[in-house]
Amino acid sequence: MNLTLKVWRQAHKNAKGKMETYQMKEVSPDMSFLEMMDVLNEQLMAEGIDPIAFDHDCREGICGMCSMFINGEAHGPDRLVTTCQLHMRKFKDGDTITIEPFRAKAFPVIKDLTVDRSAFDRVQQAGGFVSVNTSGNTQDANAIPIDKHDADKAFDAATCIGCGACVATCKNASAMLFVSAKVSQYALLPQGKVEATDRVLNMVKQMDEEGFGNCTNTGACEVECPKGISLENIARMNREYLSASLKG
Amino acid sequence: MLGLYTVILNHKLKLMTLTASSIGRKVAMALSGIFLVLFLTQHFSINLLSVFSESLFNEVSHFMGNNPLVQFVLQPVLIFGVLFHFIMGFILEFQNAKSRTVKYSNYKGSANASWMSRNMIYSGIVILSFLGLHFYDFWVPEMKYKYVEVLPLNPDRYFEELVHKFESPVRVGLYVLSFVFLSLHLLHGFSSSFQSVGVNNKYSKSIKTFTKAFSIIVPLGFVFIALFHHLNAF
Repeated sequence: MNLTLKVWRQAHKNAKGKMETYQMKEVSPDMSFLEMMDVLNEQLMAEGIDPIAFDHDCREGICGMCSMFINGEAHGPDRLVTTCQLHMRKFKDGDTITIEPFRAKAFPVIKDLTVDRSAFDRVQQAGGFVSVNTSGNTQDANAIPIDKHDADKAFDAATCIGCGACVATCKNASAMLFVSAKVSQYALLPQGKVEATDRVLNMVKQMDEEGFGNCTNTGACEVECPKGISLENIARMNREYLSASLKG
Repeated sequence: MLGLYTVILNHKLKLMTLTASSIGRKVAMALSGIFLVLFLTQHFSINLLSVFSESLFNEVSHFMGNNPLVQFVLQPVLIFGVLFHFIMGFILEFQNAKSRTVKYSNYKGSANASWMSRNMIYSGIVILSFLGLHFYDFWVPEMKYKYVEVLPLNPDRYFEELVHKFESPVRVGLYVLSFVFLSLHLLHGFSSSFQSVGVNNKYSKSIKTFTKAFSIIVPLGFVFIALFHHLNAF
């Protein structure tokens, strides 16, 4: 396949970026999108051009590092996949592909297509954990009976890889799907109930402080989430937050 | 006494924290929306009476226009609800615009969300413009009639006034256009308000079906009433 790529280039955080156009020839449809980017970088280096910086790590849809906004959609046109799982067979010969970083005030661009998603880490640090007494008499988690339905829902929420596609996709750059997944995975389990009130209040407070937008229930986050995290989690977080606010 | 004061202060602080948060604002938006939907249903029911019975419409309108509870309690609550919903809508829109300072050069919003959900502010602005016209057209003359000029009560004037309002084809045209946008606004807003207050369960599918039916039937009904009186005037 021959492709025209329009890629966001930005030298550093404070530099003014712009879209640059590159031509690629004989791209294999069996390549993953990141492999195609690797080939493009080799091509650019051969031409003496600075290679394009982009995030990647596991390249098997687990780590949540790859974060490209491809042809107007987070992780590209395919569903339930990350950018590393997107294959070039999803495009046609002669296509023009636009590649941009995930854009949100809370995700500032570091360079080219890499963005700083440490806002998610700070939200997680604000309450996305269970405090465990490690004095030696901690109960084995597997010894606590948990309803299968709740365990499944908690697991579904826990599959969130924190890639930020929900924020990138949302027209308001809202982080509600990510935060609600992290709140839900604990809210559904007995181990998480002890700190449930503080957790939801602190995580939502941190989310608001990071500058994410307000959720308007468009549902775009659920559609673009590579792990299929459901909007049900947002409703659960809203309930948890209302109840925690009134309980204090 | 000090204990009671502490309890009240504590609750006040909790409410302030709640309303200052993004979820609190979202819930407030949803609750005011549900309240306005209830008002819309009541308004539609009364307007519909005008198609079937002139006397019944006059009777109910006279009651609504002169009952102290409706006039001095429900009416101010309604005005507050309308203003709150719109002001909060603009605040949320302003905050959301600030959350992405650099826009995408290619953003395919239609790939993952409905037009209605992405353009609530625009459908809302059209509805707000209509409400401005409606206040100027109905509420201001009504207030003038009752409280400024203090004209004698006339229980039979309402139907005639309503028919007179729908004589102008321009006004009917604006009315129809506004209700098209109201329908679009409700198609997302109604079921969305349930999600905002935390309802996402086995009833959600039924809520979405009811939302679709309500959002089409009620605005269409308002349009029917307007056209009915407009065409009957000739």
